[in-house]
Amino acid sequence: MPKELLNKQDIDRILARIAHEILERNKGVGNLCLVGIQRGGVHIAKRLAKKIKEIEGKDVPVGSLDIALYRDDLSIRKEQPVVRRTRVLCEVTDIIIILVDDVFFTGRSIRAAMDALMDLGRPAAIQLAVLIDRGHRELPIKADYVGKNIPTALNENVEVQLEEEGLEDKVVLNLVTGDSSTSSE
Amino acid sequence: MIKKDLLGIKELTVEEINLILDTAAGFKDVLGRDIKKVPALRGRTAVNLFFEPSTRTRTSFELAAKRLSTDVINFSVPTSSVVKGESLIDTALTIQALGADFVIIRHSSSGVPHLLAKSLRASVINAGDGMNEHPTQALLDSFTIREKKGRIEGLTVAIVGDVCHSRVAKSNIYALTKLGARARLIGPPTLIPEEIVSLGVEVFHNIDEGLKAVDVIMVLRIQMERQGKGFFPSTEEYFKNWGLTSDRLSLAKDDAIVMHPGPMNRGVEIASDVADGPKSVILKQVTNGLAVRMAVLYLLAGVHE
Repeated sequence: MPKELLNKQDIDRILARIAHEILERNKGVGNLCLVGIQRGGVHIAKRLAKKIKEIEGKDVPVGSLDIALYRDDLSIRKEQPVVRRTRVLCEVTDIIIILVDDVFFTGRSIRAAMDALMDLGRPAAIQLAVLIDRGHRELPIKADYVGKNIPTALNENVEVQLEEEGLEDKVVLNLVTGDSSTSSE
Repeated sequence: MIKKDLLGIKELTVEEINLILDTAAGFKDVLGRDIKKVPALRGRTAVNLFFEPSTRTRTSFELAAKRLSTDVINFSVPTSSVVKGESLIDTALTIQALGADFVIIRHSSSGVPHLLAKSLRASVINAGDGMNEHPTQALLDSFTIREKKGRIEGLTVAIVGDVCHSRVAKSNIYALTKLGARARLIGPPTLIPEEIVSLGVEVFHNIDEGLKAVDVIMVLRIQMERQGKGFFPSTEEYFKNWGLTSDRLSLAKDDAIVMHPGPMNRGVEIASDVADGPKSVILKQVTNGLAVRMAVLYLLAGVHE
């Protein structure tokens, strides 16, 4: 009994709005680079870049960031997380990095992503864009651009389904049985 | 990865081999950065326990561990209690009591890593045991082939030289056959054991025939200590009959690559111009070895029940 939270049009409108907000705040695309967190964030980052191109007529570099090696739970997990490619093609130093993720939850992924970015260089600033903010922060981190705030219980799971993964575009809320150890982040 | 240890390719499933190769691709990214270090295995300790001389493999493991923020101790055998008669398992248990999470072992006897794996809680990584296996070498070879050719399945790979005494050859035969490549062994009958065909390989005693239309040529090191034991008459004659020259290389496919596990004996198993030529990926193998060993350490570091 998954509950649909957002459909294709909703996601599209949200990303168009965030693209505008990014451009407004940074006064254009001059010094920007979008970096998606593997894997969901990478798709969202690419879509944002497309929206920005539609609005501004300019290309923004898009990179992917794998945070597996920076996670804070490596010494307590049974299985090691899959290591994926990190491809940040733009210079990082002195660039405004827009970090992009699909679901913003405990904030631990974002902490790991910031550490990973810092190892690539010294950005002028890091801003955070997320499609869904489901609350339950465990670290003092906040997003600069939020698609939709969705209050959730810990035994619920927010699932972002995207065409890039061979699914229909939508965001659904599932009830997970057992403990909350399988976060979507 | 579910298992605690990496003992040999023989013990790995195809899925496990592919997981290691995929993970290594991620670590190769790390090695290309200015800051070539990640915090993934912070606070862990690896011990290099080498009972046989080795510079390359030991250094590669040491650097791989350091890149993962793991501390490394090099337990050098000639100065250790081993010369005072301490048993192998006692030595390993002592190292474990010091808090080692990984024991990377090289030993001249086959099966030593397997023996240690049974007595230790630490993850045991085989860095070469006698004439049995050298799994990380085969993994880095497979990684290099995949990187250069885009695939392994369906390729024809020639392994030239002293298969009989080579743990590198054995590990590669397991890896290549599991991953769907055709392996050809090329060398004199004295250096290729007859039983080896049971592993699903083809044997050629004529190098010109064996190299025809192959995608990959792996040249094995001739161990100089084998000289004068009746396996081959002399290094000069070995080069004449079995050395990889540019003429012989031209029998392989146009886009063939040449590999060697190092250290090379130039003018014995391989001609200098081939070793340094455009088809050689020998130095790439060294770099890839780091990425593969990082992947192995990382994957073995999961919590084991």
